[in-house]
Amino acid sequence: MSTIVEQAGAAAEAAAPERALRPPSYWPFVVPALVTVLAVIIFPWLFTIWMSFQEWKVGTPTTFVGLSNYLRLPADPRFVESVGHTLSYTALSVLLPLVLGTFAAVIFHARFPGRGLLRALFIMPMMATPVAIALVWTMMFHPQLGILNYLLSLVGLPPQLWVFHPGTVIPSLVLVETWQWTPLVMLIVLGGIASLPTEPYESAQIDGASTWQMFRYITLPLIMPFLFIAAMIRAIDAVKSFDIIFAITQGGPGSASETINLYLYSVAFVYYDLGYASAIAVVFFALIIALTALLLVLRRRAQWNALGSET
Amino acid sequence: MSVNTLLGRLGLAFGVFLIVSPAILFFLWMISLSVKFEVDNAAYPPVFWPEHFAWKNYTDVLSSNRFFTYFKNSLLVTGGATALAMLVGVPAGYGIARMAAHKSAIVILIARITPGLSYLIPLFLLFQWLGLLGTLWPQIIIHLVVTVPIVIWIMIGYFETTPIELEEAARIDGATRWQVFRHVALPVAKPGLAVAFILAVIFSWNNFVFGIVLAGRETRTLPVAVYNMISFDQLSWGPLAAAALIVTLPVLLLTVTAQRQIVAGLTAGAVKGG
Repeated sequence: MSTIVEQAGAAAEAAAPERALRPPSYWPFVVPALVTVLAVIIFPWLFTIWMSFQEWKVGTPTTFVGLSNYLRLPADPRFVESVGHTLSYTALSVLLPLVLGTFAAVIFHARFPGRGLLRALFIMPMMATPVAIALVWTMMFHPQLGILNYLLSLVGLPPQLWVFHPGTVIPSLVLVETWQWTPLVMLIVLGGIASLPTEPYESAQIDGASTWQMFRYITLPLIMPFLFIAAMIRAIDAVKSFDIIFAITQGGPGSASETINLYLYSVAFVYYDLGYASAIAVVFFALIIALTALLLVLRRRAQWNALGSET
Repeated sequence: MSVNTLLGRLGLAFGVFLIVSPAILFFLWMISLSVKFEVDNAAYPPVFWPEHFAWKNYTDVLSSNRFFTYFKNSLLVTGGATALAMLVGVPAGYGIARMAAHKSAIVILIARITPGLSYLIPLFLLFQWLGLLGTLWPQIIIHLVVTVPIVIWIMIGYFETTPIELEEAARIDGATRWQVFRHVALPVAKPGLAVAFILAVIFSWNNFVFGIVLAGRETRTLPVAVYNMISFDQLSWGPLAAAALIVTLPVLLLTVTAQRQIVAGLTAGAVKGG
């Protein structure tokens, strides 16, 4: 609406400078993106929700089945197990990069020669093509010929089966995920540390505080908001992690590393049970939203606690 | 005091070594695997520096004529999806920033947390219905799910920091809003354009999940082609590692040369595709 007014007024603008100061309409700038987002993002969401109420296998006509796709979920052992795998995979893939990334940020905050180049090398794992690095990790995990068991033997540890054993497959995949995504946590926390005031450190130094004390009582409380952002991003990415798991184990051995995302893939594109897959997608999406909301609540509570301790 | 400083320096050096070595050693080992013959790759204890280099691993990958089909596919998909995303995303970022329509950015955030697979089911059916499967279009279109949110998100951030006074002055001088955008806002936001472009290219190039569903034999992108090498064509490690390195090399070079832009983009929006 306002665009028409604006176009009509465009010619008059030069003649009437006082009108030109009225902010122009910016809608025409947004419309192409709006159409794109509607087509490739909003439409799939709505279609997925609609399909989750249908029985739809490829080659058969669709029938409305109400909530029965959703009711299948709790009785599906593979789905229930995949939820467990997803949660343990996510918990570990948030905690480890968070701890290591904070440590790395403290290191990279210091000045040392070659810092720029070393930082570029350090962030390479997260920019590299996931399938390509998954391929090399698969070779490294090899029980007989892999370099990892050789490294273990150097320090006197027994060889492991890594991703080839149900008991160690999730921690092994988390190792890859941690290697890959610790840099992102580092970058976020480094931004946080760089924005801190220097005065507290100066006075702490005068009072004779140790490096650890300064980190524990000054840096850590001040970078808490950044740690929460990093944790949230990490949780969202870990919960929907796909490339690494798919390329290394395809959910195996058996279904020991099958996360919700992997199971969703199988139901949709191996069994072509599209209605049921859509229900899984909807529940999965709800789970991610819930996880994000939980972290936001935790963050708010932490802020209140911080305020409470200050007063 | 000087002993303390020395200890501090040593501690820092050790810390740097500790955190950087996993990345460096991994890529060195990847290179080592890619230049060794099967004998050396299957040796125990492992061989780090082979007596004979298997350059053949690289020439084999590069000379297979299907490699260039896949390389061309990757270029077209990433190039197409990035170009389209810049075309619609840059003006949108400008519009959203100037309208201060921050609520609309929530859609972008939700797009960011949605698993890629949930876009695939409906769009797969749509492409099938439109008869587009077998061409590169489905992949170019679905990669927009990755590239458009990145571009919009980063451009909102950049246009919010560019001064509006300049644009107002141009409007008083009689410029239309398109002229203002084209000749005033856009040149100022050039660093932002670079950041958005680089990140969109990287995340589109690396994408795997859309390809395994939508790509046929002739429309595979490089990540999908490498994955298929594992299961079908190739069981020996040397050529596999060489292929993996070739696929990810453009991205690694971009990371080293455009580190500043990548860091700025990732920490500003902390956006990742997928």
